[in-house]
Amino acid sequence: MSSVTELPVDTIDDPLEGTIGNFKSNSLWRLTLRRFFRQKSAIIGGVILIILVFGAVFADFVAPYSPTEDFIGEPNTSRRDPPCIHLLGCPEEKPQHIMGLDGNARDVFSRIIYGARISLTVGFVVVGFAIITGTVLGSVAGYSGGWLGNIIMRILDVVLAFPFLILAIAIVSVLGPGLTNAMLAIAIVSIPAYARVVRSSVLYVREQSYVEASRALGASHRQILMGRILPNSLPPLIVIGTLGIATAILDTAALSFIGLGAQPPQPEWGSMLASERNQVFSAPHLVFFPGLAIMLTVLAFNLLGDGLRDALDPRLAQAGFDPE
Amino acid sequence: MIQFSIRRVLSAIPVVFGVLLVTFFLVRAIPGDPCTAILGERATPEICERFFAEKGLDKPIPIQFGIYLKDLAQGDFGESIRFKRPITTILIERLPLTVELGLLAVTFAIIIGIPLGIISALKRNSATDVVTMVIANIGVSMPVFWLGLMLAYVFALLLKDTPLQLPPTGRLSAGVIPIPFYEVYGWEVPASGIKYLVLTFISNMYIVNGILGFDWSTAWDAVRHMILPAIALGTISMAIIARMTRSAMLEVLGQDYIRTAKAKGLRHRKVVLKHAWRNALLPVVTIIGLQLGLILSGAVLTETVFGLAGVGRTMFEAITARDFPIIQGFVIVIAIGFVMLNLLVDLSYGFLDPRVRLD
Repeated sequence: MSSVTELPVDTIDDPLEGTIGNFKSNSLWRLTLRRFFRQKSAIIGGVILIILVFGAVFADFVAPYSPTEDFIGEPNTSRRDPPCIHLLGCPEEKPQHIMGLDGNARDVFSRIIYGARISLTVGFVVVGFAIITGTVLGSVAGYSGGWLGNIIMRILDVVLAFPFLILAIAIVSVLGPGLTNAMLAIAIVSIPAYARVVRSSVLYVREQSYVEASRALGASHRQILMGRILPNSLPPLIVIGTLGIATAILDTAALSFIGLGAQPPQPEWGSMLASERNQVFSAPHLVFFPGLAIMLTVLAFNLLGDGLRDALDPRLAQAGFDPE
Repeated sequence: MIQFSIRRVLSAIPVVFGVLLVTFFLVRAIPGDPCTAILGERATPEICERFFAEKGLDKPIPIQFGIYLKDLAQGDFGESIRFKRPITTILIERLPLTVELGLLAVTFAIIIGIPLGIISALKRNSATDVVTMVIANIGVSMPVFWLGLMLAYVFALLLKDTPLQLPPTGRLSAGVIPIPFYEVYGWEVPASGIKYLVLTFISNMYIVNGILGFDWSTAWDAVRHMILPAIALGTISMAIIARMTRSAMLEVLGQDYIRTAKAKGLRHRKVVLKHAWRNALLPVVTIIGLQLGLILSGAVLTETVFGLAGVGRTMFEAITARDFPIIQGFVIVIAIGFVMLNLLVDLSYGFLDPRVRLD
């Protein structure tokens, strides 16, 4: 066995690399990805999401009709027609609408495909805004501490003390109904959750020896925060961000359901449900399909988020656990 | 424990004050005004000027806030601009429904969620586990308003004229009038005061009122009307509780003391019920506490779908109508309720795990 003194200098590793909080970029991420792909539920979530994204991006080609095109006056069609699939026995003379027509005689399937664009946009924009703002607040609160940290956390506590949807309703009422304002409202009420996660992470990481070493080496606060602390706060943020997209889609659909989110004729799923909810007994397909679309989208992100959480489990990472 | 409770309550006071401050200013930032919102076309400038003067809304907002705090300290929550009735009266009419609905929803979530989670953990990676977790994942992903509408469709229409038919709207069937339980007992209740508030609050919980007054048919009718809303509202919580219970049980079942208990020859059932289950409860109780808050958010949607006049729907309508006193009064009560519930959850830790010191 060679002794350590015989090792050439350039093969001695960076003392800060490979430590628990400092992902050695290649091997730990590869391990994480491997653990992720071993979970069937996460794969299912990923597949659903890929189909959704495909449908949203290529809606102009996938959807048979425009979301606002109506069939009023067309022969053999009427408002709120049930689904008609020729393969399943619907008469050939009746135009095929696989999810039926809504109250304005628009093709429901096309509106659901175009609605995927809105939902995915909502999810990513809301979470993106909330994560960025939450990260700034959480980092400042966690790193600086003291009176500033306390004030930030007390303000976040006040926001958290409100029932989530009630506060969102109040904010939208101030800003005015509409999809953009609904997204902003949901983002604002979501900020405290991300700020708390980042703050917890920062509080833990700032006490680690490698951060102390960086400080001793003369790194500035900004360098330590951006270079050491925040990158190591990424794993929990990725997980709750993915799960947060699911919640953002659900909550925006809820606001649209009560008339404060997307306004007609936008093909947003919650708003589609709202406009036809009184028809649930006579035309249940108008309620069933938009709700199913919301459920599948949210399910996809939840499965993905769960898979990421299990794959990024720090206890497994610290123990150098390799399932093989 | 008493010191801990007092400290927690005192530390919540600034939060409750902050909630009140934010609510007070936020509702006044909503475009429009109560006069126009309530009177509509009849709202001329002269009428509105008189309206604002009567309600004290013509004063600067900080002065309005000071007056409101003074009244609040004397137990006066103010009067609804729309209904011209004391907020406390409206509260004891609407809050009992939401409390009853919330309790039923949480009960449903616990009764179904915890056993599902335990079974899933005990039969890890079996078909039962997979099916349970699929149900849980779907439950967590369903919009509560969609689930409510689908339940109404299935149970009110598809199962019509069967024993499983359930009513899709309202609290009681037409013609059913609940008799307050205190009238059954022959109690004399004053027209105002704490006794009136408490007894009226309880009697407005129709299921509880029916049981206390031995009016089983009304109680059962109230239960039938609340089953669908409670399931709709409680499903997401049920799914979350099932997942957390499974996760907590798996963690506990992997502990050394469980292996020791099995090695000593204890029967499997005793190991689970006596040793594993109680230790797994702590994180589950935390999640249940968190669900109570989410239930109120979901109540807005559930009450809208099922036509129930509870706190959620009342607040939503008050925001639309710019009825400031209702919004402020309800938010205060809800915020205080959250604080008390969180305190109860924290206190339960000491009961469940004697090692926990509530310092």
